[in-house]
Order: sequence, then C-alpha cells, then structure tokens
Amino acid sequence: MPRIKEKVIEVGLASAAVITILTTIGIIWVLLSQTIDFFSDVSIVDFLTDTQWTPLFADKHFGILPLVAGTFLTTFIAILVALPVGLTIAVYLNEYAPKSFRKIIKPLLEILAAVPTVVYGFFALSVITPFLQSIIPGMAGFNALSSGIVMGIMIIPLITSLSEDALFAVPKSLREASYGMGSTRLQTAFKVMVPAASSGIIVSVILGISRAVGETMIVAIAAGQQPRLTMNPLVPIETITTYIVQVSTGDVAHGSLEYKTIFAAGMALFVFTFILNNISYWIKKKFQEKYE
Amino acid sequence: MNKLDANNVNVFYGSNKVIKDVSISIKQNTVTAFIGPSGCGKSTFLRLFNRMNDYIDTFKMEGKIEIDGSNIYDKQIRVEELRKQIGMVFQKPNPFPKSIYENVIYGLRIQGIKDKKILDESVEQSLKQAALWDEVKDKLKDSALALSGGQQQRLCIARTLAVQPTVILMDEPASALDPISTAKIEDLIYQLKSKYTIVIVTHNMQQAGRISDKTAFFYMGELVEYDETKTIFTNPKQERTLNYVTGRFG
Ligand SMILES: Nc1ncnc2c1ncn2[C@@H]1O[C@H](COP(=O)(O)OP(=O)(O)OP(=O)(O)O)[C@@H](O)[C@H]1O
Ligand SMILES: [Mg+2]
Repeated sequence: MPRIKEKVIEVGLASAAVITILTTIGIIWVLLSQTIDFFSDVSIVDFLTDTQWTPLFADKHFGILPLVAGTFLTTFIAILVALPVGLTIAVYLNEYAPKSFRKIIKPLLEILAAVPTVVYGFFALSVITPFLQSIIPGMAGFNALSSGIVMGIMIIPLITSLSEDALFAVPKSLREASYGMGSTRLQTAFKVMVPAASSGIIVSVILGISRAVGETMIVAIAAGQQPRLTMNPLVPIETITTYIVQVSTGDVAHGSLEYKTIFAAGMALFVFTFILNNISYWIKKKFQEKYE
Repeated sequence: MNKLDANNVNVFYGSNKVIKDVSISIKQNTVTAFIGPSGCGKSTFLRLFNRMNDYIDTFKMEGKIEIDGSNIYDKQIRVEELRKQIGMVFQKPNPFPKSIYENVIYGLRIQGIKDKKILDESVEQSLKQAALWDEVKDKLKDSALALSGGQQQRLCIARTLAVQPTVILMDEPASALDPISTAKIEDLIYQLKSKYTIVIVTHNMQQAGRISDKTAFFYMGELVEYDETKTIFTNPKQERTLNYVTGRFG
C-alpha cells in the first residue's frame, strides 16, 4: 500500500509543477499573440522611437519611451537609496554587530519587506512628498522622486538580506588573514569582504532592479500617471506598470487598439525583467564556481 | 633578551578554562614548536600573541603577554600596530580572491602606501624570501586562487613578510599540504629564522624535530614541558612528554 501512496504523492507533485509551467506558457502566449496583433496596427519603429505615449487621446502616439523613461527614473532613484543603505546594514550586521543584535534586526527587516505596497504608496504621497516639497520649492505633488525613494526603502530588506548572505558566504579565513596583517574592521569590510562578495551583491542589486521595475502600487499612487519623456525627478511621470493598471481599471473597450497597448507594454516589461533575471542567474552560477 | 614572554596566563571560553597558568619565554631569532594532542590549547595560546582571540565573544584572559618587554594587552596598545609587528600564517592557505601581486601588497595598501616602486620592490623581495618568485614572476597579475595549495601557502607567507614583522606565528602551516610542499615550507622556515622569531604549532613530531630550536609540550591547557627540542624528543623530564613524543598516546 505504501507504494500506491508514494505514487499518488508523486503524481500530485508532478501536476503542481505542470500547472506552473502551463500557466507561464499561457501568460506568454496571451502576451505574445496580443502584442503581435498590436503591431499589425502600429509600426514597431514608432513604438520604439516615438517620444510620446498618448493612446487614449484623439491624437494617438504609441512611443513606449516615456514609460520606459519613467520606469528607469524611479528604479534608478530606488537603487540609489537601497544599495548604500542596504549594503551598509549588511556590512554592519556581518562585520560589527554582536550575534544577539543580528537576531533582532533581521526579523525587523523582514517586517519591512512584508508591508503592503499600497501602504508604501500612501506613505510616499502623504509623508515624503510634503516633506520634500518643504525643502525643494516648486516640486510637483506627484513626482518620480518620492516614489523612487519609497521604492528604495521597500527594496532595502531585499538588498540587505541577499548581500548579507553573500558576505556570510565569504570564508571566515579571509577575514582572519586581513585582521592578521593589521587591518581595521572598516578596511577588512570594504577591502576584503565586500570585494569577495561582490558577485552576490551585484545579484542583489539586479533582483532589486527587477523588483523596482515591476513595482506598481507606489508609482500608481504617488508618481502621477502622466507619460513624459524626462529625467526630471520633480515632475509627474508614468511607468509601464502604472499605465497597465490605468488602462485595465479604466473603461477601455476589450479588443480595441487602446486595450491592446497594455499587452505591448506588458511585453516590454516582461522582456526587461526576463533579461535582468537571466543576468543575475548567470552571475550566481559563476560565483558558485569560484568558491567550490 | 626575550622576544616574547607569557606570565601566568589563564584563558577562558565562557566558564571553560582552556589555558592554565602558562608561562613561557621565547628568544629572538629562534624557532619554537608548540606540540600536544588536539584540543590542548595550542592554537588558543598562539593566537594570544597577536590578539586574534579578541573577536571571540566568550574569550577572557588573565596574566601578561609581552613582546620586547611591553604588555600587548595594555589599553594603550593599538591592535592594528601590534599585528603589523606580529604576522600570522594559518592552517589552510587563505589568499584573497585577488591577483598574486595584490595579495602580497595588501598589508602595504592598508597602510596607505601607493608608491609603485616601493610596492614592486616589496613584491619581488617578499616572494623571493618565500621561495615563490621564480614560479610566479611571469604571472603576477593572475588570480592567486589559480595557484596550487603549496604555492598559495607560500604566497600567504610572502604576504605576511611584506609587512615586515619581527615575529611570525604559524598554526599548522603545512598540515593541508603534500610532502613536497611541506618540505619547501620547512626549508623556508629554517631560512627565515635568521631574520624573524618564529612560533609554529605542529602535529608532526618529525617536523618539530627538524625545524625547531625549542619545543613546548601542551596537555589539557597546561604547559607540561618546555626545553631544547633535542631534549624533548630524546630525554624529556616528564613522563607525559615521553609518552606523547613516542606516540604512546595523543
Ligand atoms: N571559539 C571557541 N569558543 C569556545 N571554545 C573554544 C573556541 N576555540 C577553541 N575552544 C576550545 O578551547 C580548547 C582549546 O582549543 P584549541 O583550538 O586552542 O586547541 P588546539 O590545541 O589548537 O587543537 P588542534 O590541535 O585540534 O588544533 C578546546 O577545548 C576547544 O574546544
Ligand atoms: Mg589548533
């Protein structure tokens, strides 16, 4: 009888795996077919080079660049915040903090990661933006800066946790060697440990970028939903994800050209994160080879 | 004059006393071997001399450790300065994942030395002293991790020498190496004696016999006997020493 039980479990597990794969294939299929449909109406050259994105207006333009710019800008700001802070915390936890402190701070960071993004969004809109406006006169109520900063705060636990793992994986003997030659803690941390963990840290940044690129709620709430080809962080912008939300929750007719734009935008997003994930996978594999 | 002195030293890990009232004096330009069964406290005692135990949360020490007559556990002592004077070579080769060149000059870099001429000279001189120069002189920019285990260990010795210490502590430096690499390291230690004071932990009796002037036998945290190496191996005063060096226990 145990053999039958084994069989049932095996089949159950296998079908779970198959469902996952089928779902992925389904998503790609829908994205792909709708995108191809979209490009029979809109030239791919316009899509990639036009500097305006106005599918919902009378004068329609289908240039993805303003959305890419918005995504890039908020992501860039987010990483600018998350990398230094996250890495500093990781180094502190791994090189300075007593073990007991580490035990307290790690779960706290996990909590930060568990805050719903809609809460972060309102935090950006109702706390960070007014605060920044009091320092930077002329800053718009919706802007890339405060969304980017809050997105950075959201990503800090991810960067911290992965960087800390990478630092932890560096052989302890390297730290001893460094101390043994008269290095201070700071020199040991930044001249030996961080370089030795660099590939893991890079992976954490790429996954952070991936997360920021796909982030929707914060930017939808606080960045303004106005596609604009700009690198100015003080004015309203729109990201790819926000646009998709805007159209899917609006009253655009299914099957219309306007409706299909969200699949083209989604495809762009998909390609983006797919590449990022592959880069991080590739780095991770190289990294493992080095230490085994 | 004595280079190193330990006076009535006790060491605790938490409540566990692992070094019991040990006193020892080590003369300049000698090689001293620490021998004894596993867990008897050789590494712990060795690491007192460059304060490497300081990072262990539960570590506590009583007594006095002196180098050139000054107490290294004194509050005014800067640990970083101390470690430039007292180098250490570890059991497993632990080169940094950097080039051979960068490994050798690491100690100089952290001292802020940037002059390329000084660095180049130090690399050549240190690698020659460590008997590694001829094998690596054409690939200084290659990763140190590509070297063999024996070469890596000699690189670690070169890296230590580059800082120009006066004392070198070695914790089983050849135990992870093949016999040929071990012989090379032993030769090297023998040659370094003229310029440095060397303290080496080893499990290998023949090795202790070949390279050391004096030998200290530790047992369960106590220094049982400390004498000329020849005496320890041929005519020890303590029965426990005799039993250990003849292989009857340990
Ligand atoms: N970090 C530590 N925390 C607590 N106890 C320790 C620690 N390091 C060593 N000990 C204990 O101290 C005692 C001496 O250990 P030590 O490593 O100095 O021995 P050893 O003579 O070098 O042994 P081996 O020949 O195996 O290297 C052992 O009982 C060991 O369990
Ligand atoms: Mg030991």
